[in-house]
Amino acid sequence: MNKGSIWYIGLFMTAVLVQVLFMDAIQFSGLVNPYFYVIFILLLPLYVPRYLQLLLGFMLGISIDVFSNTPGIHASATVFLAFLRPYIISTNVDEQDRGKIPSVMNMGTGWFMKYSAVLILLHHIFLFYIEMFTFSDFFNTLLRSVLSALFTFVLIVVSQFLIFRK
Amino acid sequence: MRSLLNFLIKYHVFFLFLFLEMFSLTLIVRYNNFQRVSFLNSSNAISATVFDRAQSVVDYFQLKRINETLSEENTRLRQQLQSLLLTDIENASGYVVGVDTVEAYSAKVIRNSVNKQYNYLTLNKGESDGIELDMGVVCADGVVGVVLDVSENYATVLSVLNGRWAINAKHKETNYFGPLQWGGLDPSFAYLEEIPYHVKINKGDEIVTSGYSSIFPEGISIGVVEEIEHSSGDTFQEVKVRLSVGFGGLFYVNVLKNTNKEERIELEKSTRNE
Repeated sequence: MNKGSIWYIGLFMTAVLVQVLFMDAIQFSGLVNPYFYVIFILLLPLYVPRYLQLLLGFMLGISIDVFSNTPGIHASATVFLAFLRPYIISTNVDEQDRGKIPSVMNMGTGWFMKYSAVLILLHHIFLFYIEMFTFSDFFNTLLRSVLSALFTFVLIVVSQFLIFRK
Repeated sequence: MRSLLNFLIKYHVFFLFLFLEMFSLTLIVRYNNFQRVSFLNSSNAISATVFDRAQSVVDYFQLKRINETLSEENTRLRQQLQSLLLTDIENASGYVVGVDTVEAYSAKVIRNSVNKQYNYLTLNKGESDGIELDMGVVCADGVVGVVLDVSENYATVLSVLNGRWAINAKHKETNYFGPLQWGGLDPSFAYLEEIPYHVKINKGDEIVTSGYSSIFPEGISIGVVEEIEHSSGDTFQEVKVRLSVGFGGLFYVNVLKNTNKEERIELEKSTRNE
């Protein structure tokens, strides 16, 4: 096992623990539920085989599900996120950058913000509608997902400066 | 055959994606079959231990608040005891109102959420402490939930703030009853439905458990009426209830064991079969 995979195992466990112990405890009028754990998928190296991304996404989601009694809900959303990620990357990245970790330091703040904003928003919208399992209350659910995505986005961008300190 | 194989290999990512999504959706849709599979919920050893450890750290910082709530409850119980002692036993009516005899276990909440669509609690007591499935969970202020799953040392509780179940509740003054269910967004309100139009309900009236199910004994507080909604064309009115339990700050709860439960269920079953 090389240094990189150990770092990712650490990131996986940290992401799950931060989510279930801190993020799930945030109570703000029922509107904002940040899902910070997606940072694990966002920070996977650009070159990872796609089947592995999907499997890792599934493992991450099902771990969150076990802690929050929601079998399948987070798993389906993270698999969706892992499936979409390569398409977002390929439209946004130069050839010589493939193979790097998509962090702020490697890719630049502007690139990272665009990349994470799109993926977080899509993930949250998918997740909130799957959780409701209905399109009634359409705008309420949309509002909750957009507000929560905004919150997650800020947390993930800020966390970049804590994780990748020089 | 070969071209089929090539096709599968070429699009393996998409097929894996489909497979994983189908699997997750099956878990969601067949939720009721899976919710009692312990390794998939928070009473399993790993997640319960994590919550237990984390809660003991949180507890340390909240000792003051916990102490205050406990001493308030003490005071209230002492007052009730006093008034009971003062009641003239001779003049009291000769029958007992509650038919179910109830034992209570004390348990600590190690995990609680109020901001999800389906909220659950995890308690630090399990099978080895006498907790069983379908026991009612209450706190000093009123109804909290019902035990959904137990492991050796932990239990998962379906909170009142969970759209997947409804409590059988009644209007205390008139005894009209109906299902009470959480509305979704706001953790302070739930809705009592199926109360006929002609029943007069006022703001501030008490809503309590009906005692018609064997989970909760009769008369445990659920909340007070906040608002009554008459939708035209409907034969029932919808009552908005302000819940008496503050779900955001739960520390200790009581798990109720109805000692006559089996007898009661058996009797009700045999009546239904006739």
